[in-house]
Amino acid sequence: MAAPEYSLMELMTVVAAREVADGEVVFAGTGLPMLGVMLAQKTHAPGCIIIFEAGTVASRLAHLPMSVGDPRAMRGAAMAAGLNEVFTYILQAGRVDVGFLSGAQVDRFGNINSTSIGADPRRPSVRFSGSGGACDIACLAKRTIIIAKHEKRRFPEKVDYITSPGWLEGGESRKASGLVRGGPDVVVTTMGVIRFRPDSKAPYLASFHPGLSPAAVAAETEFALEVGGAVETRPPSEAELQILRDVVDPERVFLK
Amino acid sequence: MPGKLIGLHEAAALVPDGATLSIGGFTTQRHPMAFVYELVRAKKRGLYLFGHSPGGDWDVLIGAGCVRRVELAYEADEAFNTVGPRWRRAVERGEIEWEDYSNFSMVARFTAGAMGIPFMPVRSLLGSDLVHKEALTPEARAADPRTAAKKTHVMDSPFDPADRVVLVPAIHTEFAVLHVQKATAGGTIRIEGQSYADVQMALCADTVIVTAEEIVEEDDLRRTPELNLLPFFAVKHVCQVPFGAHPYAVYNYYDYDPVQLKEYHESARDDAAYRAYLDHYVFGVRDHEAYLEAVGGAARLDGLRAAPDFGYSPGLKRRL
Repeated sequence: MAAPEYSLMELMTVVAAREVADGEVVFAGTGLPMLGVMLAQKTHAPGCIIIFEAGTVASRLAHLPMSVGDPRAMRGAAMAAGLNEVFTYILQAGRVDVGFLSGAQVDRFGNINSTSIGADPRRPSVRFSGSGGACDIACLAKRTIIIAKHEKRRFPEKVDYITSPGWLEGGESRKASGLVRGGPDVVVTTMGVIRFRPDSKAPYLASFHPGLSPAAVAAETEFALEVGGAVETRPPSEAELQILRDVVDPERVFLK
Repeated sequence: MPGKLIGLHEAAALVPDGATLSIGGFTTQRHPMAFVYELVRAKKRGLYLFGHSPGGDWDVLIGAGCVRRVELAYEADEAFNTVGPRWRRAVERGEIEWEDYSNFSMVARFTAGAMGIPFMPVRSLLGSDLVHKEALTPEARAADPRTAAKKTHVMDSPFDPADRVVLVPAIHTEFAVLHVQKATAGGTIRIEGQSYADVQMALCADTVIVTAEEIVEEDDLRRTPELNLLPFFAVKHVCQVPFGAHPYAVYNYYDYDPVQLKEYHESARDDAAYRAYLDHYVFGVRDHEAYLEAVGGAARLDGLRAAPDFGYSPGLKRRL
C-alpha cells in the first residue's frame, strides 16, 4: 500500500495533536491550536478537556471554531462562563495540564513574540495582534505545546518582544522570574519537532519530517539547533489524515 | 414600566469626545457594532478604550480616527484576520497610543475595578516583556489621569517572600457598552453563551449602556434569576437593536458574516478602499436599519441565523 500523501501543515497538526494525552486538561489558544486540539479530541484523546479562554469548559466540538470565543465552542460544553472564571480558577490555580499555543516568532528558549517587531517597542516596524491569553497560558499551564510554521525569520536567536515566556534565558531563569510552573515542552513545526534539554533548556531537534534532513531544518533556523540525535518523524496515518480532513476541517478553515 | 429604553442615536450622543470606554464581546462575537457605527457616524474623537480581546469593534473606531489611546491584550478578528488591519497601521504610523497587557491581566484589572479595590495580584506576566517593556512613557501616564500611574508592580508576597506576584491597576471607565441577547426596559439583562468579561466591564463603569437583540418582559427574566449576571440598577440605558452585532456572532441568534468580514478586511488593506467602505456602510447610511439594508437585508441576514440545536449556523460557508 502506498504511503498517504499529506502537506507539511497537515503533518504538523497531526504531530502536535499527538502531544495531547487522553484525559488531559488542555487550554488552547487561537489559530492552529484549535485545529490540533480538535483533532486530538476526535482521535486518540476523546477524553481531553478543552478549555477556551473566552469561557467554555470541555467543549465536544462538532465544527471547528474560528475564534476561542466562537459559538461553536459552546457545542457540548460542560460549562460556559467568562474569561475571569477560566483564567482565575482553572489556569492560574494550576488545573491546566497543557497549554497549546501558536507562535508567530519563537526563539531559542521557546519564548514567543506575538506583539511586535523592532528593537524599540514604542516604535515597532511591524505590529501583531498582541498576547491575547497566550502570555497567561505560557506562564500558568503545567507545560506548553507550541505549533509554528518553520521559516528562518520566525526562529531567531532572541525574539524582539517576549509576549509569552518560555524558558526565558535557559537554565533556571524561568524559575528565577517567579513563575510557579510550566514551560515549553515541545515546538512542533512544518519541518520537525524541537524539544529542550532538562537542565540547560537548550533546544534540540527531536525529529525531522519525512523528506527533510536534520541539516535542512538547522539551515532554516536562526538559532543553533543540536540535531545529532534526531530521528524521522512518524508520518500521519490514513486514519489521522481522514479525520483531520473530513471531520475536523472539511471547510479548509486552516488547512490549505 | 418606567423605561431605560432609549434610541441608539441618543445613546451614542451621551459619549463625549475623550471619554473612557469599554466595549463588550470578544473578537468576532457579541460586540455592540450598531452602537460603534453610531460613534463613528457622530465623528467622536479622542476616545480611550479599555479591552481584553476586541476585534473589528475597535478596528473600525481606530480606522475612523475616533481613538486616542488603548489598553488591551489583543486586537484581531482571529481566523478572519490575525491582526486588526487598522490597529496595525495606526501603531506602525504612530497614530495611536497604546499599552499591552494579556487577557488575564486585563480581566483582572476590570475585576479589580468592579470589586472596588485598587489593583489585583496575578501570577501571570512574570518574565515577559508585558512586565519589562512599556509602550506608554511615565510622562504620558503622569500627564493623564485616564491612564493608571504605573503599568504593573512586581511584588513579593508579604506572607511569603519567596512567592512573587504582579499587581495590575484597577480600571474605571466612564462608559461600558454591551450587546446582549435579551434585556428588559428596567435594565435586567440576559447573556447567553460565553459571558466574556462583560460583567466586569459593566461593573467598573459609571454608565452602562446595553444594546439587545430583544426587549422582553421583566417577569420573563426574573423566572430564572440565576441566569442574570448583572443587577438591573447597574444598567442605565437599554436600546433595542436586532442584528446589533453584525457582522459578528450572537450565540443563539446569528453567526458571524464571512462575506462582510471579507469585504472589511480586504478594503482595510488600502486607505482609499477603507474610506470607501466607511462611506458606504457607515457614513452613507442614516441608521442601523439602513445599514442592515446596505449589507443585503433579509437575503443576507437570514442566511446567518442560528440553528436552534446549535446556537450558530452549522452550514455557514466561512472561507470564501
